[in-house]
This record gives sequence, structure tokens and C-alpha cells, in this order.
Amino acid sequence: MEKREIKIALTGNPNVGKTTLFNALTGSRQHVGNWPGVTVEKKSGRISYKEYDIEVIDLPGTYSLTAYSMDEIVARDFIIEEKPDLVIQVVDASNLERNLYLTTQLMELGSQMLIVLNMCDIAEERGDRIYIDKMQELLATPVITTVATQKKGICDLLDKVIEQKQIEQHHGHEIGYGNEIEEKILEIEKVLSEDETRDKRYPLRWVSIRLLEGDSNVRQKISDSPVYERAMAIIDSIDQEEYEAEIADKRYLAINTVFPQMCTRANDTLTKSDMIDRVLTNKYLGIPIFLALMWGAFELTFAFATPFMDMIDIAATWFADYVSSSLHPDWLASLVGDGIIGGVGAVLVFVPNIFILFFLLSLLEGSGYLARAAFIMDKLMYKIGMHGKSFIPMLMGFGCNVPAIMAARSIEDDKDRLITILIVPFVSCGARLPIYVLFAGTFFGRQAGTVIFAMYILGILIAIISAKLLRGTVVKGKPAPFIMELPPYRVPTFKTSVIHMWDNGFMYIKKAGSIILVGVVVIWIMASFPWGVEYGSEASYVGSLGHAVEPLLKPLGFDWKISVALIFGLVAKEIVVASMGVLYGAGDNSEALSERLLADPGITALSSLSLMAFSLLYMPCVATVGVIKKETGSWKWTMFAIIYGVLVAWITAFIIYQGGRLLGY
Amino acid sequence: MVDIQETTLDTLEPGEKARITKVRVKGAARRKLFDMGMVAGADIELVRNAPLGDPMDYRIKGYHLSIRKEEASQIFINKL
Ligand SMILES: Nc1nc2c(ncn2[C@@H]2O[C@H](COP(=O)(O)OP(=O)(O)OP(=O)(O)O)[C@@H](O)[C@H]2O)c(=O)[nH]1
Ligand SMILES: [Mg+2]
Repeated sequence: MEKREIKIALTGNPNVGKTTLFNALTGSRQHVGNWPGVTVEKKSGRISYKEYDIEVIDLPGTYSLTAYSMDEIVARDFIIEEKPDLVIQVVDASNLERNLYLTTQLMELGSQMLIVLNMCDIAEERGDRIYIDKMQELLATPVITTVATQKKGICDLLDKVIEQKQIEQHHGHEIGYGNEIEEKILEIEKVLSEDETRDKRYPLRWVSIRLLEGDSNVRQKISDSPVYERAMAIIDSIDQEEYEAEIADKRYLAINTVFPQMCTRANDTLTKSDMIDRVLTNKYLGIPIFLALMWGAFELTFAFATPFMDMIDIAATWFADYVSSSLHPDWLASLVGDGIIGGVGAVLVFVPNIFILFFLLSLLEGSGYLARAAFIMDKLMYKIGMHGKSFIPMLMGFGCNVPAIMAARSIEDDKDRLITILIVPFVSCGARLPIYVLFAGTFFGRQAGTVIFAMYILGILIAIISAKLLRGTVVKGKPAPFIMELPPYRVPTFKTSVIHMWDNGFMYIKKAGSIILVGVVVIWIMASFPWGVEYGSEASYVGSLGHAVEPLLKPLGFDWKISVALIFGLVAKEIVVASMGVLYGAGDNSEALSERLLADPGITALSSLSLMAFSLLYMPCVATVGVIKKETGSWKWTMFAIIYGVLVAWITAFIIYQGGRLLGY
Repeated sequence: MVDIQETTLDTLEPGEKARITKVRVKGAARRKLFDMGMVAGADIELVRNAPLGDPMDYRIKGYHLSIRKEEASQIFINKL
């Protein structure tokens, strides 16, 4: 039997649990976190329920239908333009009043609606009482209660969706804005309706209200219309700011008349979250705790991982030995031993670090501390010409720069967002960590930890300096106002954290098995040919390539082998380490890669320091360049990011190497 | 007639409560503040300042909202 299709969209304020609900409904594993602005793109999933095939779309959160940031525009446009069968507003039951503000606006759109009252567990625990029947009656919309984290209420919700699909009633529950504004709304509606070619998906009343509120995005949308000028004439004749305030007032007034009837709130007692905040954002303790947490996360990433890394290292060495002694002919043994195991193995050793890193980051995201970090740092960020919210992408950048740059979408101001996108690549991501561990571990012995930490700090310093430079030159202006919700602290769910760790960690493994494997094989081939040369010698193709760029990199202390590694590292930074593995043929010998590096006079402690700094800063990896292009929509800025990165890297490495030599190292 | 108690939001001390009388913030931030519940007639309480003094953590409509002093100084209130 052919299944019937239903398309439903999940909308609502940020951080109310839309994605958690989406995951519960569709069995997906989309990113969940306890801060506003986690989801920045629409995601779709399917579920088969009874005789229906339901398509669910998870949207970015939005406080109102007046969209400011990119992610909010995505959400709004989807609801209006794609016309889902049912618009489901997910509402935070413990924060009902503010959530209803969006409800009043969704109702103006006239789509068929359903309200999901999520986080009922929290409202209950706090002692709030919500009268569902009364709420359904007052809002003239069905209401379902859920606890998305515990998958409670999912079946009720699906049943209701199907029931609503059969009713097919579109109601318009409208708010009156008072005589004066209503007159203007009518006036604009009339003018707009004369344009027969207008986009009929947008209700006239809705467009008129938006225009009166000064919504520039909606204004843009009708700018081609022949009646545009006339509509604008009406808008220009009013006191825009007064209207804006008046319209918002009227909406809250409407809420205030219904809210007390459907909810009695428990007295504002001091919640657990408030008590945690007393400590974590305390005047004196706030900053020290923040620094201690960062340091702790850094320490854990390495300390926890060491035993696992040793195990992988031993296994890889043993495996390489075994392979090179048992494989024939010799070239095959060399390809597998030197190339694949030596190269890919050098990268895989760091899997434990990556797993721990992402686990810790997900704790940071799930607890609600990420929003506090933005809150604590906003003043400093402001001083360097950045927005406090930019701090969130920066912290995420320690995991991987790609999602971090995407996360910048929730920053409202275009300039704030551009600067964030341009500086995030300097934040040292997980892929760069193997480079530090290998070289610092090899050349700095007991000081390795300090050196690695210094690299992270260097990345942040460069990011700060760059932000300041950009603000002073190409992206002039002041950061936009900081207006951010601070969500209550929550205990991160173990499952979410493990999933986050696993999905990201696995991506690292997949990368090692795909792009890095290819890179490694290419390097091995180039190291083995032309036919007959000694493997990895200066006469091979890698030798020629290395020598070709060596003059440029010589002042930084890099010989031809490092030059080759850096060239291939452009694809993915892990390849710097992988190609060291290949070029130093670590696989065919029980001697570890680090011992072979130590034995090579071409690399010294100083040049390895310069190499670490250079690898950190030079050109973002291919995936990051791709996302910069996608997010800025501009080749100009993408090229800027690349060229600027290379320049900064060169200068920094030059200072480190030549400065070090002057000091006698 | 001007209410003698009228002052601006940034003068609130931690723990003090007030009622908003007028929002004078301009530009995009203006509507954003409305969306977040900062409208005339709403009750608001300063919970604390950030460790570096700015921004501030306010409680409004039962949730925590953080804004900078600069915007707070353009929001008029009557202390309660
Ligand atoms: N206690 C409780 N927590 C929940 C519930 N639903 C979601 N959460 C938590 O609320 C936080 C936000 O969840 P998300 O699903 O990421 O929220 P979202 O609405 O998708 O947020 P944005 O993508 O930022 O708009 C997470 O920490 C969830 O674990 C619930 O029913 N009860
Ligand atoms: Mg989400």
C-alpha cells in the first residue's frame, strides 16, 4: 500500500530541544548542545508511522519571525516558502512566557500549527503548573507535552500529527494592534494587493506588519514590486521606532492576558543553576575558573590518552615489521610498510587524543558553560574588536575549524561574523595536535607539554592580533550589541557526549583511511621514482619537489623533507605527520619515528619549533577553505584568508627561527 | 510628568528589581530586545555583573538575559 506523506517542520526559540526531539523522532544523531544557536542549517529526516511517511525538518532556533542572523532567516523562509503541512512549535515549558512571543507571530502566518510543550520535567521539578486544556482553548491550537531527552510523548505527538493532517484546518488567530496600526496595516495591504505578480505564499497582513516593524529582509523581498515605492511612502510617513515598540507591546499584552490563565509559576526560588552561576561567574572566581577549566581540558587531552597511544604505537610498529618481512616483492613491502603503515599509522596514533578532545568539548557544550564563556569574555572580546558570541566558535575550533566556522552563523552582525570566520582558522584544531606531539615529544622531552601549550596560546594570540588588525583596516566599525540568553546549566547526557565524541573521532579515522591514505600513497610513489633511485632520496621526485620550494622555506629552518611535508599538509594538516612517517621510512625498522627524526641533522629543536608554529598558522586545510568560501560567499575573502595565513605563518616562523639563532640556539 | 524615580537599567544593583518604562535603544538591537521580552511594563532584576564588570546578567520573564551596560543605559526603568 502506498504510504501517505506528511511534511512537518520543527520550529521554536533556540535551545528549547528541537534537535533533541528531531533525533528522538527520526533516530538521527544531529548535534545537540545547551546553548542558543547550535543548529544553523535545516536538517531533514524521515519516519514511518502507521500508514504515514512523515518527513521531519529540524530548523535553527529563532526568537521571532523578524530574522536577524542567517540561521534565523533559514528558519523563517522555510516555514513560509516551503509550506510544510504542519508547523510544530517546540516550546520550553519552563520558559513559557517568552516562547509565546513567537507563537503570536506564527499564528499570523496562518499555517496549521501544533505546539509541543517540551522540557516538562524541568517545569514540573520547579513546581510550575501548566493547564494544558486551558492552553489549547486559549491558543486554539493543540498542545502535546514531551520530554525529548527521555523520549516521552513521542507517540502522542505522532498521533496528533496524523489527526491534524486529517482535519486540515488553517486558522488565523490574530492579534489586534490597535486602531492606528490596524489602519496602516490595511493601507499597506491594499497597496500590496494591487501587485498581481506578488509572491502569494506570503500573507499580505503578515508582510504589512513586518514592513511596519522595519524588517529589512522582507523589504528586500518586495523591492522588485511595482508598488514598492508606494508601500514605502506609507512606511516613511510613520514613526518607525514607535510602531516597533507598539507592535511588540501589543503582542506581549495579548500574552499577558492569556498567560496567567494557563500557567501558575512557582515562586522564583534560587535554582541549582543559579547557585552554580554564583561560583562560575563570580566576580573573583569567574576568570580563574575559566582558565583552570581550559588548562584542565588541555591536560586531560594528553594525560588520558598516553597509555592508549603507546598501545597503538606498539601495535603499529609490530604490524609494520610483520608486513615488511612477509610481503613480497620488496616494492610492495615498502609501499605497505613505509608508506601506508608508516604514514597512516603516524596519524592513527592520535585517535585517543581526538576522542578525548571531542568528549571534553561536548561536556562544555552540553553543560551550558559555553554560553557563560561568551558572557565572561565579552568585555575582552569587545576590546579586541570582536563580539562575545564569537567566543563560542573559537572554542569549538579547538575540535575542528569547519563546524566552528559554520557556528558563526548565529552571530547577527555581518562584520562580527566575517571577522570570526577569518580568525577561527588560527585556533589550533585537533588535526594539528599530532604535529605538536610528534615534534615537541621528540625534541623537547620533559618540556613537551609546555611547548604544546605555547602553540595553543600562539594560535589564540595571532587570532586576537588579526581581529584587531582587521577592525582597524578592512572591517571597520564597532562590534554589535551583545544580547544573549544564558540557558540554565544541565547535566550533559552521557549518550549525547559519547555520540559527539564517536562521530567526530570516527571522522578523524575516516580521514586517515581516505584522504590521508591517498596523500601517503602519492608521497610514497614520488619518493620511489624515477625508477631505480634510492627510496626517499634527494634524487626522487619528492626530492625535486622539496628542493624546488626549499629556498622559500630555508630561512625558517626547513630542509627539503619538511618542505614536502608542508606542501602535502595543505590538504589536511595531519599529512604533515603522515608524510614524515613515509619519508623517514619508520615502518621498516623497529626504531621509532622520533628516534629517526633525532638522528637527522636537518631538524633541530629550534627548527621543529618553527615548524610547529608554521604548521599551526599557514593556510587553513582544504575543508576549511571550502567552508570559508561557502560561508562568506566570496572568493575575495577566501583568498584573503589563504594569503594572510601564509604570510603570518612565514613571518612568525621566521622570527622564531632567526630569533632563536641570534640567541645562540 | 517625569517620574522622579525614573532611572536607567545600568544603575541597578545586583538583587534590585525594576519595571521597564521605555526602551530607547536604536537600530537592530531595539527589536531584538523586544523579541527577548524587554518591553515597557516588564519586570526585570539584575542578577550580577560579569566578572570583568560588563556585560550584565538580568532575569526577565523568568529567564536569564545578558546585555551590555551600553544598551542598559538606554533602557529606562522605575525601581521597585
Ligand atoms: N531536561 C530536559 N532537557 C532537554 C529536553 N529536551 C532537550 N533538552 C536539553 O536542552 C538542550 C538543548 O537541546 P537542543 O535539542 O540542542 O535544542 P535546539 O532547540 O535544537 O537548539 P538550537 O539548535 O540552538 O535552536 C540540550 O542540552 C538538551 O539535552 C527535555 O525535555 N528535558
Ligand atoms: Mg537544534
